[in-house]
Amino acid sequence: MYTETVIWSAPEAFAADVPYQTAIVMLDGGGRVTVRVLGGRVAIGDRVTEAGPRAGIPFFRKA
Amino acid sequence: MGYDPARQLGCKLVVEMRPVAVVGIGKTAFGAFADRDLRSLAVEAGEKCLRNARAEPSQVESFYLGNFAGPAFVGQNHLAPYVSTALGIQGVPSTRIEAACASSGSAFFHAWTEVAAGVYDLVLVVGVEKMTSQPTARVSQILAEAGDCAGEMKVGSTFASLFAMIARRHMHEFGTRKEHLSMVAVKNHAAGALNPDAHMRKRITLEQAMNSKPIAEPLNLYDCSLVSDGAAAVLVAPLERAREFTAKPVRVLGIAQCSDYVALDQKADITTFPAVRRAGEQAYRMAGVTAREIEFAELHDCFTIAEIVATEDLQFVEKGQGGPYAFAGFTALRGERPVNTSGGLKAKGHPVGATGAAQICDLVLQIRGEAGERQIERHSLGLAENLGGSGATCVVSILGAVA
Repeated sequence: MYTETVIWSAPEAFAADVPYQTAIVMLDGGGRVTVRVLGGRVAIGDRVTEAGPRAGIPFFRKA
Repeated sequence: MGYDPARQLGCKLVVEMRPVAVVGIGKTAFGAFADRDLRSLAVEAGEKCLRNARAEPSQVESFYLGNFAGPAFVGQNHLAPYVSTALGIQGVPSTRIEAACASSGSAFFHAWTEVAAGVYDLVLVVGVEKMTSQPTARVSQILAEAGDCAGEMKVGSTFASLFAMIARRHMHEFGTRKEHLSMVAVKNHAAGALNPDAHMRKRITLEQAMNSKPIAEPLNLYDCSLVSDGAAAVLVAPLERAREFTAKPVRVLGIAQCSDYVALDQKADITTFPAVRRAGEQAYRMAGVTAREIEFAELHDCFTIAEIVATEDLQFVEKGQGGPYAFAGFTALRGERPVNTSGGLKAKGHPVGATGAAQICDLVLQIRGEAGERQIERHSLGLAENLGGSGATCVVSILGAVA
């Protein structure tokens, strides 16, 4: 986990999900991706694992 | 080597570039104006600017409109001639520039290139945005389109959340604290309270700033700039003709526009903006000054963390020290190097497409000694930094008094 935030004020398409956590994840194979966090809250440095895309959105959770 | 701006921008030097001056400025008040449309705001700023320079619309040889999202906010496209003809400017090139929040900074840069290169003498820049006719969630959606919609924005990011992630990382790497961020808001509100054209003329306490409602952690309401309506205009001319228009010309000593990835997650290090660093270095070189010599600045505080990072990227302070620097009061209105004497985007307001031009107007007001209650003592050399998105566009301008 490179960085994260919890969003309390969302764009209209995501208003029903508030609050939700988004993060930038460093992938083991290199590169970074912005993801949604599922389940418990994660912090910088935590190891996370892919929880599958839902409706085209990449979800990750604490490993 | 003497004055050689083209080569310093990496251009082939095919013409000798001319010194350029700002000879007129004009702004509307910033705020939420239910009874005003985009065009009436733009026209008000443009007319004030031309009056300020004692110039006629018929003298304008080229027109630039800085505007981010007129089509989405108000359902009107083809905005440049839509505005310029309403100003009575007929027949000349009329061009809209869109570069997210740096739209009118970029418009100013392009106006400068035209005048410096000798293509035209008198070029008018107007920046405008009409935002408040849309509900907040819709505004967030429209602003989000300045990010990478197929990537970072697809997961529900907002611009506040992108800058929140920058703040988190900055805190993690450098020990920046929440109260450092909040102090930027307190300071900019204190300056904005003295600006009659500011959207929010209200001082706030550190406690209020620390404890307002969360927007994207660790940023809360007072870390975020305002959703505003407004317009600002700048008239640019060759320095040698400046006194035809004003007794107080202000010279564009250095200017640069630089770019970088649109998506935040493509950047190797999100605690710094390479486009800001590069534009700053180029502008300093062109102006022949160092960061140390800059007396005051208007920096792009779309979020409090952005002002802190800008003071680092522009070398006002060492990397990682921007938080303590702001907290200690160095950048306050009566500090050793005031930042955002206008109140900044935080308190003056942030009608996105107007912001870059408004920053230039605010530098000119200080340099001319016309800033009223917020006038500072050392005001002959100022810098404006206008940032687009999460750092994909940056325009840095250095303006100075003409002896």
